[in-house]
Amino acid sequence: MTMLLEPPIRAEYERTIEAGPGGALARPAPLSSRIAGLSWLRKGLVLLVLALLWEGLGRWQDSDLLLPTFLQTAAALWSGLVSGELLANVAVSLSVLLQGYLAGIVLAFALTALAVSTRIGRDLLETLTSMFNPLPAIALLPLALLWFGLGRGSLIFVIVHSVLWPLALNTYAGFRGVPDTLRMAGRNYGLGGLRLVLQVLVPAALPSILSGLKIGWAFAWRTLIAAELVFGATSGKGGLGWYIFQNRNELYTDKVFAGLALVILIGLVMENLVFRVLERVTVLRWGMQR
Amino acid sequence: MSPREQQLLQVVGGNHAGLPEPLLRMREVSLEFAGGGRIVRATDRVSFDVHRGDRFVLLGPSGCGKSSLLKAAAGFIAPAGGSIELAGKPVRGPGPDRVVVFQEFDQLPPWKTVKQNVMFPLLASRRLGRREAEERALHWIGKVGLSSFADAFPHTLSGGMKQRVAIARALAMQPDILLMDEPFAALDALTRRKMQEELQQLWEELRFTLLFVTHSIEEALVVGNRILLLSPHPGRVRAEINSHQFGLHSAGGAEFQGATQRIHQLLFENGDQHAASPLQRSSAS
Repeated sequence: MTMLLEPPIRAEYERTIEAGPGGALARPAPLSSRIAGLSWLRKGLVLLVLALLWEGLGRWQDSDLLLPTFLQTAAALWSGLVSGELLANVAVSLSVLLQGYLAGIVLAFALTALAVSTRIGRDLLETLTSMFNPLPAIALLPLALLWFGLGRGSLIFVIVHSVLWPLALNTYAGFRGVPDTLRMAGRNYGLGGLRLVLQVLVPAALPSILSGLKIGWAFAWRTLIAAELVFGATSGKGGLGWYIFQNRNELYTDKVFAGLALVILIGLVMENLVFRVLERVTVLRWGMQR
Repeated sequence: MSPREQQLLQVVGGNHAGLPEPLLRMREVSLEFAGGGRIVRATDRVSFDVHRGDRFVLLGPSGCGKSSLLKAAAGFIAPAGGSIELAGKPVRGPGPDRVVVFQEFDQLPPWKTVKQNVMFPLLASRRLGRREAEERALHWIGKVGLSSFADAFPHTLSGGMKQRVAIARALAMQPDILLMDEPFAALDALTRRKMQEELQQLWEELRFTLLFVTHSIEEALVVGNRILLLSPHPGRVRAEINSHQFGLHSAGGAEFQGATQRIHQLLFENGDQHAASPLQRSSAS
């Protein structure tokens, strides 16, 4: 015989809800969780641990030539910055970098705007990115030197190449991911062509565009430093890659490390100040990314 | 044959004498979609007239092309055959004289606040300057009861509030006709009922012209004053009936039940395989 489960019958009740909540609706979070919520503090901690490991490893290795310690590198970085030698090289590198980066952004925007507006533009973009995106920018440098001569022009050419394709690919993917409803709403209000791209597609695709900008920035840096390492004298004024290359030749390993550390520091500043702030005032505020 | 059916036959039979010129005139509209190497006919020679002040409902099961008809009226889809005219002028593409409220919540750009969202079409269509647009936006945000959320971003709002913003945005444009594509289908039942009520109140006050797409018989009866019934695959006109006598509070009544039954029979009496397709009868109650 099976027992059929019967839930018990209970008494009913009704309550009147008093106006206003009994306790406060929101209360401050405890201090410990607020401190743990500070991302710069957590990241700073990671950096500190890495620096300590480096210092320990350097002392244990005990060889200035192969692995200068963290403190030695910091001293070399400091004296390089104070003497102005490093800053001058950074200025040369950054100015070339920014020119190439901006030119790459403009070209990528033009190409993707064309791609979302016309079918032939789409074919053009898809073909070009699949051809050129896998091609290392640095491999084009010998050709660029032939075309544009020794100097800024060649460096900017390879940087544009390294920024343009990944950024165009990301931006285009972002444009294609924009919900149809949003597109139709824009068209409904009379937007079309470039106005639709600027007022609807670009902000709607901003998460992808920002990640494309980040990738483009990293690629541009890598390409520039590599180009300067190999053909550093070409620009006539050095640059950060040239600084690293020259000091390696003269076996100033601490200065080599200082140059590398500066490349990393600039990357950290760019990521945590520029891109992070850009994200905070846009996609994070709009709830498009978390 | 009931007297109402006779009346219906009269209208369908083309007795338009004495009626004013319709605002939206759909004549023999056929819509086709290309896909997978073949062309699928979504609607087949559908004709209907929407008059000024109408709350005209397109009702039918999925696959009857009701949303496609609305998008054709909005100008997003060009008909393969037939003609669409708004106030005597052929429709040739999307325009701010026919504003659409979509079902999806992502119709609101997430990078604009509630106020900026309502201002968006006013500015994009270059109808108003920034200051007038802001003034009008605040007026309509107040009308849908969201004044205290004017500066909130859409992702902080509930589904019902987002649809209110979309409705305010559409009404602020003061379009010739308001096109609503299952605007309440993604809402929960309680919110949906509240929104139907609010839409009713707004219409009582403003008397705009509305073309409303739904798959819920109850919603059609409650929202509309006239209902076009469409059969699926491809969409064809099955009947056009009146529902002006019903309001939100007639939902339980015998006459309302009768109308529901009648529509159900009209849509499914052929006994074909589509009778089994889910028509959400209970979603409006």
